[in-house]
Amino acid sequence: MRQSGNILFSGVGGQGILLASELTAHAQLMAGYDVKKSEVHGMAQRGGSVEAHLRYGEKVYSPLIELGAADILVAFEILEAVRYLPYLHKDSAVVVNTQKILPPAVALGKASYPEDILDELRSRQINVVAIDAFAVAQSVGELRAANVAMVGAMSNFLAVSPDVFLQAIDKTIKKQFCDVNKKAFVAGRAAVYA
Amino acid sequence: MTFDKETKLWLSGNEAIALGAWEAGVRVASGYPGTPSTEIMGNLGQYEGVYTEWAPNEKVGLEVALGASFAGARALATMKHVGLNVAADPLFTAAYTGVRGGLVIINADDPQMHSSQNEQDNRNYAYAAKLPMLEPSDPAEAKHMVTRAYSLSEQLDTPVIIRITTRIAHVKGVVERGQRAEVPETSIEKVPAKLVMLPGNARVRRVAVEKRMAAARELAETMPENRIEPGSGRRGFVTSGVAYNYVKEAFPEAPVLKLGMVWPLPEKMLRDFAATVDELIVVEELDPFLETHLKAMGIACRGKDLIPNQGELNSFIVRQALAPETIGEVFAPLELPMRPPNMCAGCPHRGLFYGLSRMKDVFVSGDIGCYTLGFLPPLSAMDACVCMGASITMAHGMAKALGEKGRGRVVAVLGDSTFMHSGMTGLLNMVYNGTYATVIILDNRTTAMTGHQDNPASGRSILGEPAPALDLEALCRALGVQRVVVVNPHDVEVTRKVLKEEIESPDLSVIISRAPCVLLPEELKRKKPVYFTNLANCTGCTLCVQMGCPAISWTPLTPEEAVARGYRDKQKGFARINEVQCNGCGQCACVCKFDAITRREENS
Repeated sequence: MRQSGNILFSGVGGQGILLASELTAHAQLMAGYDVKKSEVHGMAQRGGSVEAHLRYGEKVYSPLIELGAADILVAFEILEAVRYLPYLHKDSAVVVNTQKILPPAVALGKASYPEDILDELRSRQINVVAIDAFAVAQSVGELRAANVAMVGAMSNFLAVSPDVFLQAIDKTIKKQFCDVNKKAFVAGRAAVYA
Repeated sequence: MTFDKETKLWLSGNEAIALGAWEAGVRVASGYPGTPSTEIMGNLGQYEGVYTEWAPNEKVGLEVALGASFAGARALATMKHVGLNVAADPLFTAAYTGVRGGLVIINADDPQMHSSQNEQDNRNYAYAAKLPMLEPSDPAEAKHMVTRAYSLSEQLDTPVIIRITTRIAHVKGVVERGQRAEVPETSIEKVPAKLVMLPGNARVRRVAVEKRMAAARELAETMPENRIEPGSGRRGFVTSGVAYNYVKEAFPEAPVLKLGMVWPLPEKMLRDFAATVDELIVVEELDPFLETHLKAMGIACRGKDLIPNQGELNSFIVRQALAPETIGEVFAPLELPMRPPNMCAGCPHRGLFYGLSRMKDVFVSGDIGCYTLGFLPPLSAMDACVCMGASITMAHGMAKALGEKGRGRVVAVLGDSTFMHSGMTGLLNMVYNGTYATVIILDNRTTAMTGHQDNPASGRSILGEPAPALDLEALCRALGVQRVVVVNPHDVEVTRKVLKEEIESPDLSVIISRAPCVLLPEELKRKKPVYFTNLANCTGCTLCVQMGCPAISWTPLTPEEAVARGYRDKQKGFARINEVQCNGCGQCACVCKFDAITRREENS
């Protein structure tokens, strides 16, 4: 496993992307890496595409991932996975939630939601792991933990041990929700090889 | 948020600046919300021993901070880049008065216009107003530079600007906690020759400004925030702010002169550094600010002939410009349906803009806030948006230019917080000079776009404590408006009727469109009905779809599919409400003429 890397989170405003990236950042920090994370607030949060860049290593300068340099893409929605194709390289891992959220033009009937669009990634030899994060979250009894289930799935591709992630959940999530989120993390981690 | 037992914290640039201000002993802080600066004030309010407030606009905020400084307190003003335009009036003269307690202005630029109407480079203000400006490269430096800015401010008797950008404000990094400095006592001290800027005094202070900037230039040569990082290779870089990180990523071995203070510049240091390299490259976001001043010093360098002067930079762009041979092949983007931001499901603004969208002959002079999204299809109900408060004044100017032709066709639309920021004087102008235009104030009880900050009409202070709430109707009447009408924009029918009446009225009228933002915490908690679609009744008329609500989607049908569903073969499709997303506003039920949308009493 690599000693530095770039993790890109993408999705739609309101899907819990900031919490997922925050949890991942904490796990990386606790594992001893330097970490920088970049988010966009404001206009971008009204149902638009949302992204967070997370970079870790011995010393990180730039808070932004270069095109062609995302080692892992954690996408919370199918279109929002494919939208970030220019950030990927052929050895990237894409962990994508199979949820579809219709963009306005599709909801208005002016465009259609592309079918089988993840094949665009697979055809470029990119490793795509599609997860039904809601089903995973439902299996532990908390639909709102879908974002943490995604982090669990993604953690398979990192050197940081799952125990560190579980400790990071204690640091980043309100106490009363920790247990269910830990279950979601473990179930999400297991879902990749299910 | 702490991530280990020691003193290391994981903070955004804005959180780090708030901590830095607290550690520097700031006593009074005032600001107006604006992305990407907003979280500084919200965070600072959580610390003991510092007074924070939301001001109605940035000019007010800076003047409050200046007054606090005159009383001997360390004071802070925060704003986004365009906010400094509003505060430019006090800024230029505060450079003359100087300070008593340290005065620091945090100015947040927004390259790439993630959430702004322009991407002005406010380093130019430091030059124009003759003020020192610091520019950090990451959250840790941002915190350090706040403390540094206060010592400079008091040492040089000047306000100091700290310029951050979106990728400082909203980047998280590791920051070390420090101790709070001793907070100086405040008192009244009269020094009218220094603080009363009548021409006679100002001419004396004008000389002091030049002396101070000369002293700042001296300091710049030796301050540790300006530093040379030696390296190898024929190329050397001059850079500052977030761009420094991109140079370090792209050219880790190259010699770099990093400027922590971007105005005034250390001429000797720059000249000496230039002499050590074959080629000097300036890497900076937006304007060729450093490059221009280096060239004015006669230092040969390259910059904007290589590096873009628009948008954000990143290490990829820097490498592409300066070392294209290092760039590998990159996957081309696919053409996909865009996902622009949209007004939320249940947003009260939608009902109002739906009404305006049906009045195609009306020019809608818009303003800055969530409601600017009323511009987007399918509503497409905004025709101009320039700056805070300009909706009202532009509408007035249009009406004066159009005369009779514009009667019943000119409307200004702005939010409650924007109205208080800089709409009130424009409305007074309308009353004083007369107009037939209509002003619509979208009163959603908060400053929504920037994350629901309280304001003078919300009834709460920045800390959530009870505060007097401005009575907008009474204010408009006091300004001299005769026609003031309040509507509930969720009642789409009544709203349309009121819009028609008031817009056609020969007199100035103000419509207050009042309903709380659905994202306010108390609204999120409120039990709401849910609306659902009786698909059997849907005729595919698309009236509800044309509201652009994210909870309503359209399913197209072929004639065969339509018949199979029991519709006429001509029906092109049907609309459906996503009950999970529905916020129960009922606007769609108002516009449906076929009883296809029904209310269900249920907690959402």
